[in-house]
Amino acid sequence: MAVMTYLEAGKLALAEEMRRDPLVWAVGEDLGRGGVFGQYKGLAEEFGHDRISDAPISESCIMGAAVGAAMMGTRPVVEMRFSDFALCAVDELVNQAAKARYMFGGQTRVPLVVREPIGIWRSSAAQHSQSLEAWYAHIPGLVVVVPSTPADNRALLKAAIRCDDPVVYMEHKNLWGLEGEVPDSDAGVGEVAELGKARVLREGADVTIVSWSAAVHSALAAAGSLAGRGLEAEVVDLRTLWPWDRETVMASVRKTGRLLVVQESVSVAGFGAEVAASVAETLHAALKAPVRRLGAPRIPISYAPPLEDRVRVTEEMIVAAAQEMAAVAA
Amino acid sequence: MPSGEEPPVTNLDIERYRERFRQMCRIRFFEEEAIAAARDKLVLGAIHPSIGQEAVAAGVCGNLRRSDIILSTHRGHGHTLAKGAEPLPMMRELFGRDGGYCQGKGGSMHIADFSVGMLGANGVVAANINIAAGAAHAIKLKGGDEVVVCFFGDGAINRGPFLEGLNWAGVFKLPILFVCEDNGFAATTRTKAMTAGAGPAARAEALGIPASEVDGNDVVSVDETARELLDTVRRGEPRFLVARTYRLTGHTSSDAAAYRPEEEVKERWLNDPIENCRRLLEAAGVPAAELTALHEAAAAEMKEAHEAAKATDWPAEALAYADVQDVGDPRKGAF
Ligand SMILES: Cc1ncc(C[n+]2csc(CCOP(=O)(O)OP(=O)(O)O)c2C)c(N)n1
Repeated sequence: MAVMTYLEAGKLALAEEMRRDPLVWAVGEDLGRGGVFGQYKGLAEEFGHDRISDAPISESCIMGAAVGAAMMGTRPVVEMRFSDFALCAVDELVNQAAKARYMFGGQTRVPLVVREPIGIWRSSAAQHSQSLEAWYAHIPGLVVVVPSTPADNRALLKAAIRCDDPVVYMEHKNLWGLEGEVPDSDAGVGEVAELGKARVLREGADVTIVSWSAAVHSALAAAGSLAGRGLEAEVVDLRTLWPWDRETVMASVRKTGRLLVVQESVSVAGFGAEVAASVAETLHAALKAPVRRLGAPRIPISYAPPLEDRVRVTEEMIVAAAQEMAAVAA
Repeated sequence: MPSGEEPPVTNLDIERYRERFRQMCRIRFFEEEAIAAARDKLVLGAIHPSIGQEAVAAGVCGNLRRSDIILSTHRGHGHTLAKGAEPLPMMRELFGRDGGYCQGKGGSMHIADFSVGMLGANGVVAANINIAAGAAHAIKLKGGDEVVVCFFGDGAINRGPFLEGLNWAGVFKLPILFVCEDNGFAATTRTKAMTAGAGPAARAEALGIPASEVDGNDVVSVDETARELLDTVRRGEPRFLVARTYRLTGHTSSDAAAYRPEEEVKERWLNDPIENCRRLLEAAGVPAAELTALHEAAAAEMKEAHEAAKATDWPAEALAYADVQDVGDPRKGAF
């Protein structure tokens, strides 16, 4: 067990998988010098510049080339720098990577991982802050992973690299520096997560808070405050959005009778809508209060802090929503 | 019989071009059968015939090994056949039937046979360029000696992947031959009307990729030039080939192409690559009857594929849920 940052955990996962499998390679802008956030620092020294490859500012070709290279049996890890820039490569991801196996009748696989850092940090405005995970959860063929902790960034990235399907791997930029304990397996290498399994981070009987990525930390903080006010919240970190762990969510809501989804992304047509609708469809009779969602309003993200803050879901908002929900049944 | 009047052209590699002739006939008849089947509502989706462009597919692919890779476009039947795919599973795919190369999930625009290195047609213009660059990138990473050929039309040079993919191939020195099949049209528009500058070869050269141009209706020119370029490509240098040709049919089998004068098309039919090759072989002393026999055999082969495809069942409905993904497999629920 070691304490490391979310960023270091991701780097370790990639290094471990590259040591294990010579067909794994990474490609993206500025990777040779460690990547924009330093997630690749030192890797070119160990693996060489062919396997930690720089790329021209050609997002469409970075992704498209990864599709071709994956169909030829290699396992590319694609770095998009910011998920916002991955929009320059949507055809390659959505029409090509996600469809190739199906459209060609199972003749090929596209085992690529695309790392798309998401999320608001500070004053990065509308083109460097978005969380568009719901778009990809909508696309048949893609796996969508949204790690919230250093331990998960190691275990989930390793699983993503070993996965034979194309995986959209969304790290949250605000979590890079987050420290946490990262367990080793007996063999001294990291555990490999099972994709599609949520984790209950805190147990509670009164309300289920379902969240993912950085919003999980606000949900946990809110659960702490709620406990002080006599409300026990159960916090579920989805960890992957496709597939998403319906069983864990349903079991929790069956117990608490209340579902609050907390997401950083725009609430309208966000992934929270899928969770809320599924629970409403399945557990209507068990609900003690209507399901609720907290997410961003449908406005672009601003630069000036007081404007940027309009899209943030805060601990206070979560506490207030949970209390309102509890009051319904009281 | 012209024998006696014209001296035979003796330096022609008769074996080689008889084979190219045969291949072009196969492509022609495959597409004629497909067009007929579309008329009969047996081929349901759009098909884009390459009638008039067969010399490009036959001339280039004739120089490839089975382990070499090609990527094609919406107009991909010719490339696919020339790379070695079988007509029956192709025809079944166009008909959407069981046993099609893609299990009836792709149709004409996604025709593929990975077992012969045909990594797919593509329904998105120019999308194959980046994918082809990546296939070549993987070959280089693995230290293989295969090459990649990427076919696309003159319209594709106006999409972004043309710039990104060619630059990529140049930067990483990849074993790839880009083949721009310039048939003059992008759907119903003359490509020149929507293309600034000097065209595909100049653009490739500007990106540092040497370009050659050939008469794409002359299978010998295509073949000889492609052979030379592929030798270079196999040594790890990208090359670019522009084959000037003409699309003798409409954009799709249902496009009457009323946007161009009939006389133009009539005149272009006089430059049919198959007839060009026939004349060349006859002049080299191949008996006309032999060529007619090859022509008829190709016609019979494709007619048989048509009939057999027609007699094949639809794919099992369960296939709709297969091959989506392993993790989050829709067959395991969680809709
Ligand atoms: C990205 C994209 N835009 C538009 C289309 C519609 N479309 C299909 S084929 C075609 C013309 C392509 O022209 P060209 O690349 O010259 O190939 P050709 O059809 O002549 O073989 C168009 C516009 C498409 N399939 N993909």
